[in-house]
Amino acid sequence: MALGRTGIEHVLRRAGFGASPDDLKSFDDMSTFELLDFLIDFEKQPDDVDANIGNAAYIGVVGRGGAFAPNTNIEDARQRWLFRMVHSRRPLQEKMALFWHNHFATAYSKISGAIPAASATKVLALKPGDLPGPRGQYEMFRAEGMGSFRDLLIEVARDPAMLVWLDGRNNTRRLPQENFGREIMELFTMGVGNYTEQDVYAAARVFTGWNLRFVNRGDDTQSYYEYAYIPANHEPTAKTFTFPIYGNGDTTIPARPAADGEQDGIDFITALAHHPATARRLARKLWNFFVSEVVPPDEATLNAAVSVYLSNGTRIAPLVTFLLRSRDFLSPSMYFTRYSWPVEFAVRAIKEVGWTGFTVDAVRAPLTAMGQTLFEPPDVAGWELGQGWFSTGAMVARMNYAATLAANQRFNLARAAAGAKDSPESLMDFLLDRLSVAPYDKDPRGDLLTYAQTVAAWTGSDAQVQAKAAGLTRLIVGSSEYQIV
Amino acid sequence: MSVTRREFISGGVAAFTVTFVAPSFLSDIARAQGARSRSLVVVYLAGGNDSLNTVIPYTDPQYQIRRPTIFVPAAQVLQIGSDSAGRPLGLHPRLAGLQTIFNEGRLAIIQRTGYRNSSRSHFQGSDIWGTADPLSPSSMGWLGRYLETVPLDPLSGWSTVREVPRALLSKKVSVPGIPDPRTYSFTSPNAEPERTYERVAATRISSHVPVDRPHLAFINGSTTAAFETLDRVGSVSDYTGTIAYPANNGFALALRTVAGSISRGLGTRVYWVQTGGFDTHANQGNLGAGAYANLMGTYNDGVTAFYTDLKNQGLLGDTLILEFSEFGRRITENGTGGTDHGAAAVMMAIGGAVSGGIYGTAPDLNPFPGNPTLENNGGDVTYETDFRSVYARVLDNWLGASSTAILGGNFTNGPAIV
Repeated sequence: MALGRTGIEHVLRRAGFGASPDDLKSFDDMSTFELLDFLIDFEKQPDDVDANIGNAAYIGVVGRGGAFAPNTNIEDARQRWLFRMVHSRRPLQEKMALFWHNHFATAYSKISGAIPAASATKVLALKPGDLPGPRGQYEMFRAEGMGSFRDLLIEVARDPAMLVWLDGRNNTRRLPQENFGREIMELFTMGVGNYTEQDVYAAARVFTGWNLRFVNRGDDTQSYYEYAYIPANHEPTAKTFTFPIYGNGDTTIPARPAADGEQDGIDFITALAHHPATARRLARKLWNFFVSEVVPPDEATLNAAVSVYLSNGTRIAPLVTFLLRSRDFLSPSMYFTRYSWPVEFAVRAIKEVGWTGFTVDAVRAPLTAMGQTLFEPPDVAGWELGQGWFSTGAMVARMNYAATLAANQRFNLARAAAGAKDSPESLMDFLLDRLSVAPYDKDPRGDLLTYAQTVAAWTGSDAQVQAKAAGLTRLIVGSSEYQIV
Repeated sequence: MSVTRREFISGGVAAFTVTFVAPSFLSDIARAQGARSRSLVVVYLAGGNDSLNTVIPYTDPQYQIRRPTIFVPAAQVLQIGSDSAGRPLGLHPRLAGLQTIFNEGRLAIIQRTGYRNSSRSHFQGSDIWGTADPLSPSSMGWLGRYLETVPLDPLSGWSTVREVPRALLSKKVSVPGIPDPRTYSFTSPNAEPERTYERVAATRISSHVPVDRPHLAFINGSTTAAFETLDRVGSVSDYTGTIAYPANNGFALALRTVAGSISRGLGTRVYWVQTGGFDTHANQGNLGAGAYANLMGTYNDGVTAFYTDLKNQGLLGDTLILEFSEFGRRITENGTGGTDHGAAAVMMAIGGAVSGGIYGTAPDLNPFPGNPTLENNGGDVTYETDFRSVYARVLDNWLGASSTAILGGNFTNGPAIV
């Protein structure tokens, strides 16, 4: 089955960050399922996108004071992630990392208030092997984002960034600290309504001793923080919950010697990962992320997704595959039924408009104005998605970003449109086509054409094409039709 | 949470879109009325304020016993007298400006506000305070419902945080999120006259209502509201105030924007301003210093500058500040020099029409069984004043609205703060 160009664009907007004209050429002759397999089995593609940082054919990065230091400077870490979103041959990997970043929302500002800035960047974004210390949280999402959710939760519970963010580093037997114990149930797994306050207190005790250790190697870039289970901090008595922890329905984690107490957390996380409310919540969230925020899943589809998740040992890849291969996802009626996140919008615009001479550094401030700074979610619940992205202030920021990008790319756009400059209408049609925008109704299309025709007589001169190509691009990318994906 | 938010909006799109295409003369009327209209400035301390260290029962022996490292020494508290039960109270030492306002009789402190079965979740808690509905906190906001009762105007509400809070959500009125008027302007890749052509075109393109695609209509509505408010908001961007607002204090700078809007008579009725970091699970600081003191400093310095600025312009009588947080914190400090999520907390009201003083009674921090001022086995402060009765007072006596209609019940027994 062939998807056709609009179908390929749909798949790439959702399972990736959109498609450049060159991307489209390379995917042109793939069937639907070949394309999906290419995206889902991303491990088959080399993870070598970073090798192109600094290459003039790719979008630029700007280091602070000359050096580009994405492992120790958070602004550069943001740039590296954006660069990967624009150019990775594994777009779904970055997309899943973004999904988990929102799900396990962890903010740099709190971490950098607790540990040095370089260390705070490392715990969020250290690329494995670049410097001493465990991989950053975002790199963990890249590596484990399609694996078992149970294992991912264990990684998250031991993640140095999380141990600072939700204060697990301070959770001790003397006075248990509830922050992580609460949020792992409320936000990371089952959701509110499925547990009691007593469960929160018990969960805090479960994770006592899951702490942080500092390994001092002199300066901040070489030193690092790592997870350490500290038996002396663990509270070893039994913990009873209002929901089953074990397969036999037992709701009590037994008392254990402190030396073995780490097993408490493993048992608890295993129970949470397999809880039906967790399965439903994840299935819904992934539906909204990949399929639609406008059309809810029907009950049968939701149940099917839940059973895919549970029958595959809580692995995420089969669930994502189920959703992306579903008739729902591939149906044209689902095209453009999701509100783009600011980073999705910004990266897609770069891929579709062009990037030669542009930098990801220039995207950072607009993203903040649009309401999404990477590594800086507003709180542990993540960003307010969907319509929450579209306050008037954020919409002004999106329009202004469109203007910035169009101004930067005016010559490239005019060159690309050289074959379409016969008339204002042909120029408009060229850009509407290139920008994979949701269909324009007759009236707004008429408004756009009126703009293209205003006011001087059409000559097709370079100056006129540059002005109108930039103006039209700004209008299209800044229009509501472009904000939905 | 976000699902229910989406659901409600998709149900309300039709009414919603009509608002956005309301004729601009309505805005002109609102503006003409603006200078005379009263405004409410809601201040949200996000994260759950540790109000026992804000308004301190410093003579309660349990205060120091249960907070051995984070208590504020009695010698440091700024005294404000006693509550009706004779318990002496003092403000945190970083609230010197608020003490002055208190002494001017323009600060009302309402102790132990909250509701039955207080949620310890930030998100559910803030939704409950936002909707004024503890049982079903996923509907429209209490301020959004109020804004539906006043003449339509895209600037009748103004959130200074980009993510418009639930309290301001409404089916009929879209409140803009405008953190900084200076970046709230229309830019173009081209010079004039092309720039103007673009603005005309962008305004037209977003003016249509694609009835078969309500989600697209929603974004068009947001864009339209942006265009309707750009120039008005832009008129505030050069406002600096009659006094210097503290730099490096985003909360204070947001309040400066609000003061600019009030000063220039933009006609906004409800402003939302917030400052975060109150989720102090660790390292609150001790001896009245440290992280919590910094939070208090941010709050105090912002509110004091705003108060003074308005006072200098004779605008204090038209302005009411209402402060709240989604919950208070645990009485006993935790093992890391912080406090976990608790229950009832303090609200404050400040303004030229406020009847200042201490309302309600302080908790008795002794965790004996049956202590009526505590809950959760003596762990948390229990509420005495239903927060909705404070809302009701503000709606009825300040905004001239009907609290029973907006809150869906009779809560008119609240403290007589205005």
